[in-house]
Amino acid sequence: MRVAVLSGKGGTGKTFVSVNLAATAKNAVYIDCDVEEPNGHLFLKPTYTNESPVYTLIPEFDAAKCTGCRKCVEFCRYNALVFVREKPMVFSEVCHSCGGCALLCPKDAVSEKPHSVGAVEEGTAGSVRVVTGIMNTGEVLAVPVIKAALRAGAGAEELTVIDCPPGSGCPVMESVMNADYCILVTEPTAFGFHNFQMVHKLVTLLGKPCGVVVNKTEEAYAPLEEFCAAHRTPVLLRIPYREELARLGATGQIAAEQDEETAALFRKLLTAVQKEGAR
Amino acid sequence: MKIMIPVDDSRETVCVSFGRAPYFLIHNTETGTAELIGNSAAEAQSGAGIKAAQLVVDKGADALVTVRCGQNAADVFKAAGVAIYRADGPSAAENLKALSEGKLSVLTSFHAGFHGKA
Repeated sequence: MRVAVLSGKGGTGKTFVSVNLAATAKNAVYIDCDVEEPNGHLFLKPTYTNESPVYTLIPEFDAAKCTGCRKCVEFCRYNALVFVREKPMVFSEVCHSCGGCALLCPKDAVSEKPHSVGAVEEGTAGSVRVVTGIMNTGEVLAVPVIKAALRAGAGAEELTVIDCPPGSGCPVMESVMNADYCILVTEPTAFGFHNFQMVHKLVTLLGKPCGVVVNKTEEAYAPLEEFCAAHRTPVLLRIPYREELARLGATGQIAAEQDEETAALFRKLLTAVQKEGAR
Repeated sequence: MKIMIPVDDSRETVCVSFGRAPYFLIHNTETGTAELIGNSAAEAQSGAGIKAAQLVVDKGADALVTVRCGQNAADVFKAAGVAIYRADGPSAAENLKALSEGKLSVLTSFHAGFHGKA
């Protein structure tokens, strides 16, 4: 079963929930798809066994073969190509590696060369397999790295926890695309609720069943409660706002392994997710 | 010498955006004529600055007067040898006059792209 954990708003507790859920399940795969700032490894502290680079393909132009027909430049819907001083020029961070320019070139003047965008690290932390996608600083396209991380973590029989990036754009869609179930982590604030509605809309559109974890709960936040009731979205768990959890997090510890109250909460969440996912 | 200026819907005021300006004014200093063209890059989903820069280069401009310009477009202009001047004030006509009098400074700082931020 593949469970994606997302929230819209950053800092609501995606990684907190993902890491604790994977640690509670024991036989689990944890995939960090927040490739701009992967931080699940800070808590799981895996021993890495493998690192593989992630490349995208970027066009290169053979000036001797190019006749300047500009078909490639006109074709590129991302506008990653320009034609200046009688030759094409590529903006690699704008290129989406579709390969259209190479396919279209009537003179076979375009070849595709690998361009490093990040890496995938694989390791283990106890019985949890840890896969971390890391995007190179300065790159803007997260999707190729997310795809590589998901591929590296695929094929597991056990629970797979996909720690998604914040937001609700392409990187999030890619992360949840193959999930069987989605956990929407939110907090009882207007900002948290606003972005929660965005990811709720997204997973509904993608036809994914979902449930809610309300983190940092002090008292019930009425708009959130009303929304969940109206949409028949189950609230799987409420995690109290406790200083002890912040302290454990700040020292890089997994709360469910240190604090019995939290351990019980995550056992409850694991059971609920397995039950919901089996429907 | 051909000078291009991004202008807004009034067709007289310099547009603060380069890549997504609705029109470009092309002034030919030799003939003293002016032409207004639509910016086909304005609606681009990605790489609007790059596409607009292509338009400027294809029109054979020698100089661009703009409020701001992205790094990618600036790279195109550098490769093509198009000079970039910083607009001073909202009027396109007054900017042309200021340029002819040598009163406009060269634009040297460029912003990062807005792509991937949506």
